[in-house]
Amino acid sequence: MSTLIGSSVKRKEDPRFIQGKGKYVANIQLPNMAAVMIKRSPYAHARILRIDATAAEALPGVIAVFTGQDLIDGGVGKLPCGWLVPGTKVPTRWPVMPVGDKVRHVGDSVAIVVAETQYIAEDALDLIEVDYEPLPAVIDAKKAMQPGVTQVHDDIPDNVSYTWALGDQAATEKAVASAAHVIELDLTNQRLIPNAMEPRAAVAQWNAASEEMTLWTTSQNPHPIRLLLSAFTLGIPEHKLRVISPDVGGGFGSKIFHYPEEIIVPWVARKVNRPIKWVATRSESFMTDSQGRDHVTSAKLALDSAGKITGLHVQTWADQGAYLSTFAPLIPTAFYICLLSGLYKITNIYAEMWGTLTTTVPVDAYRGAGRPEAAYLVERLVDLAARHLDMDPIEFRRINFIQPDEFPYQTPVAMVYDSGEYDRLFDAAVAAADYPGLRADQAAARQQGRLVGIGIAGCIEASGPAPSKVAGALGSAVGFWESGVIRVHPSGKVTVLTGSHSHGQGHETAFAQIVADELGIAMDDIEVLHGDTGLIPFGMGTYGSRSAAVGGTALFKSADKVRKKMLKIAAHQLEASEDDLVYDRNGGGVYVKGSPSQKKSFFDLSFAAYTAHNLPDDMEPGMEETTFFDPPNFTFPNSAHICQVEIDPQTGAVTLQKYFAVDDVGKVINPMLVEGQIQGGIVQGVGQALLEYGVYDENGQLLSGSFMDYAMPRADAFPMFNTSRTETPSPSNPLGVKGAGEMGTVASTVTVANAVMDALAPLGIRHLEMPLTAEKIYNAIHANGR
Amino acid sequence: MQSITVTVNGATHTRDVEPRMLLVDFIRDTLSLTGTNIACDTSQCGACTIHMDGMAVKACTVLAVQADGSSLTTIEGLATNGHLHAMQQAFWDQHGLQCGFCTPGMIMAATKLVENNPAISEAEIRHGLEGNMCRCTGYQNIVNAVAQAATAMQGG
Repeated sequence: MSTLIGSSVKRKEDPRFIQGKGKYVANIQLPNMAAVMIKRSPYAHARILRIDATAAEALPGVIAVFTGQDLIDGGVGKLPCGWLVPGTKVPTRWPVMPVGDKVRHVGDSVAIVVAETQYIAEDALDLIEVDYEPLPAVIDAKKAMQPGVTQVHDDIPDNVSYTWALGDQAATEKAVASAAHVIELDLTNQRLIPNAMEPRAAVAQWNAASEEMTLWTTSQNPHPIRLLLSAFTLGIPEHKLRVISPDVGGGFGSKIFHYPEEIIVPWVARKVNRPIKWVATRSESFMTDSQGRDHVTSAKLALDSAGKITGLHVQTWADQGAYLSTFAPLIPTAFYICLLSGLYKITNIYAEMWGTLTTTVPVDAYRGAGRPEAAYLVERLVDLAARHLDMDPIEFRRINFIQPDEFPYQTPVAMVYDSGEYDRLFDAAVAAADYPGLRADQAAARQQGRLVGIGIAGCIEASGPAPSKVAGALGSAVGFWESGVIRVHPSGKVTVLTGSHSHGQGHETAFAQIVADELGIAMDDIEVLHGDTGLIPFGMGTYGSRSAAVGGTALFKSADKVRKKMLKIAAHQLEASEDDLVYDRNGGGVYVKGSPSQKKSFFDLSFAAYTAHNLPDDMEPGMEETTFFDPPNFTFPNSAHICQVEIDPQTGAVTLQKYFAVDDVGKVINPMLVEGQIQGGIVQGVGQALLEYGVYDENGQLLSGSFMDYAMPRADAFPMFNTSRTETPSPSNPLGVKGAGEMGTVASTVTVANAVMDALAPLGIRHLEMPLTAEKIYNAIHANGR
Repeated sequence: MQSITVTVNGATHTRDVEPRMLLVDFIRDTLSLTGTNIACDTSQCGACTIHMDGMAVKACTVLAVQADGSSLTTIEGLATNGHLHAMQQAFWDQHGLQCGFCTPGMIMAATKLVENNPAISEAEIRHGLEGNMCRCTGYQNIVNAVAQAATAMQGG
């Protein structure tokens, strides 16, 4: 019956974007609006001795200068952390550093300038004098714990904010000790900088008469931001605070978190009683957007003589930066350690981690968020294991796969996998890539002395967070359900309100497809609204590839409620039993079974619900249904990716020549959107493998602080990708969908890294750290005496 | 302050501007044409690309005073008489955008790219758009969109 679900419908949101009518926060212009800019620290770690804003305040056009003490005196609270594993020491984080305290990363905020224009505010920043007493920096997750290292927070002596461990330590150590083969690997998963193309921005408007605040902010989840503002930071209660995240220009995790500027901007708007705008410069994005990854790991993979994996032992030091960002502890715990089983049956896994504080920008979720780190570790180990045993890397993976009849599969690291057919997935990838052909070509190329590599990876992720009870047990302070409202108007047109937030995903299209199919009405009769706490009941927002599985399901269930109410009205008006009626999934409305002409149309029933002239006695008027859906489990998308690279031995430069991706993201609502997510995800992951690195020097200076220093993937670095899908529906939701937003990134980083190491294997090079730049590879080639 | 006169999307504007004002701020803040986005400080990303006297330029790297007397087209002026430009249509058809933030600059850059090289190849499209960053799409559908538009712009 479904005609739209599964179709590549063109996006409803595109006409405004392609004509320059996107409603981004920075585009908001309000009468009498003033600008805010933030004075930021040039030091990674320094005591603030004095702030003198006299000259700045005297500059014509400057309205006010505020420091941290002004905010504290004005009632602003500390930024909280929303995910706390037991025993976490949460470092104090104020929105702006008060006089007498320290700055803890380059870009940490010091003072606030309010001026008539952004140009004047920028001038005033240079006129603020700050005396700093520089302190030593610490930039390494593991070294941060060493005795004698500078202390980032006075009350956290060893810079360890929290630790976490999972699995059977004794059994795993025994498995390693008794293994026929042990593959050992130390690796670093380097710091990344998210760089959504839209810099963060905030606009606030205070209505002094009604004491209502409106804040427009570039957030992936405006409702949780409002809750944090009300309960912890700004102190304006939820019913007087409207938070709107209109069109948001990409997020990739970096726009989930509660940032100082979205406290400062409304606070200033109320203080000076004028609308206020703040827009980050790209430099500020580099220095203040939460960053990603940054793990140091030592691991041991135990194998029996036949090549079966018998154990995995992992120690990871995760750099959390200077403060704990909103969900920071989630990433290296439940989203990393809980994914260390990969696609494999591993009886014994033990993992322990330390979340340490350094004088760097805070680290939190970035596309994939823990799962790329897990996939990178597991799939590098698996690749090295296959090489050690002289087995084909795909064959090695196959003998260790969880089998289709073993689902639901309980891993030793808490997760229960929902569904999957990993052999079928790899069959599809082998066929798409002509894997034997690739190997034959590689052999021929090697004969000619060329450095051609083939990369394989089979990856899994946990998407669609999350069962709220499970999240709570793991440390979350919030639940991870989603809301979905279907409001049928008297005329039969429909407004959909979703708590999910689209910042590029295309919810206005995909959710309209679900509702149109489920109600049997035209997509043009449906408008999907999101991102406004004044309109949407509540919403947990979009991240973790959750929107289709959780937000989509909420709407699916609301549609079912609408159909049921319409059936009841039709039964009453047609004087028939509901059992004798059919909801018309092709045209909307309800007809008598076997007699389609005896029908109440979608319009008839919508209108009747509002006139309320002829409804069943026990029925309330109106036609609006709400669902808060809390999923019973995560979903577990999985993938088989294969690529080919060639390295120029003269320069060390890597060329990505071919890329084949087969992904199982469950049932698909809109294949065009899914393919777009996979393609974009692949490029982001390849960026980590080959290009991107957030580099700090020993003084904590961010060396890669602009697009001239931080290598972003560009169009000319990629071939056309060959993407396809296998489909095992997820039992975790009635749509059968998994998640598509992060799978490409989770898989592509290690696929390309494995390809580069495969190319270099004949030279005896076992492992190189990412990013696999030309310089690094050139040096490795020459270090081997070639 | 200095007086400048520019024609933007066919309408002529005379305004007093500070000599240091960037053209992109003039377009966005003074003329309220907010379709042209700003995404970096360093001329690296191309989000602010517009047409200036027939050339694609990054409007963050031009001063408003340098545009005095020139004719500009922004994304808002690309469609004619309510009809999308072939490049806009192609980005829609090929799913060449996700969050949409790089899209105006990408479309403006791609339009000139194809006008200057009507029989453009895939490699030339990729090379020609190297100065325009997109974090969402992975570029593949952008390349497909430009190829579709190139065919359409030749009357194909």
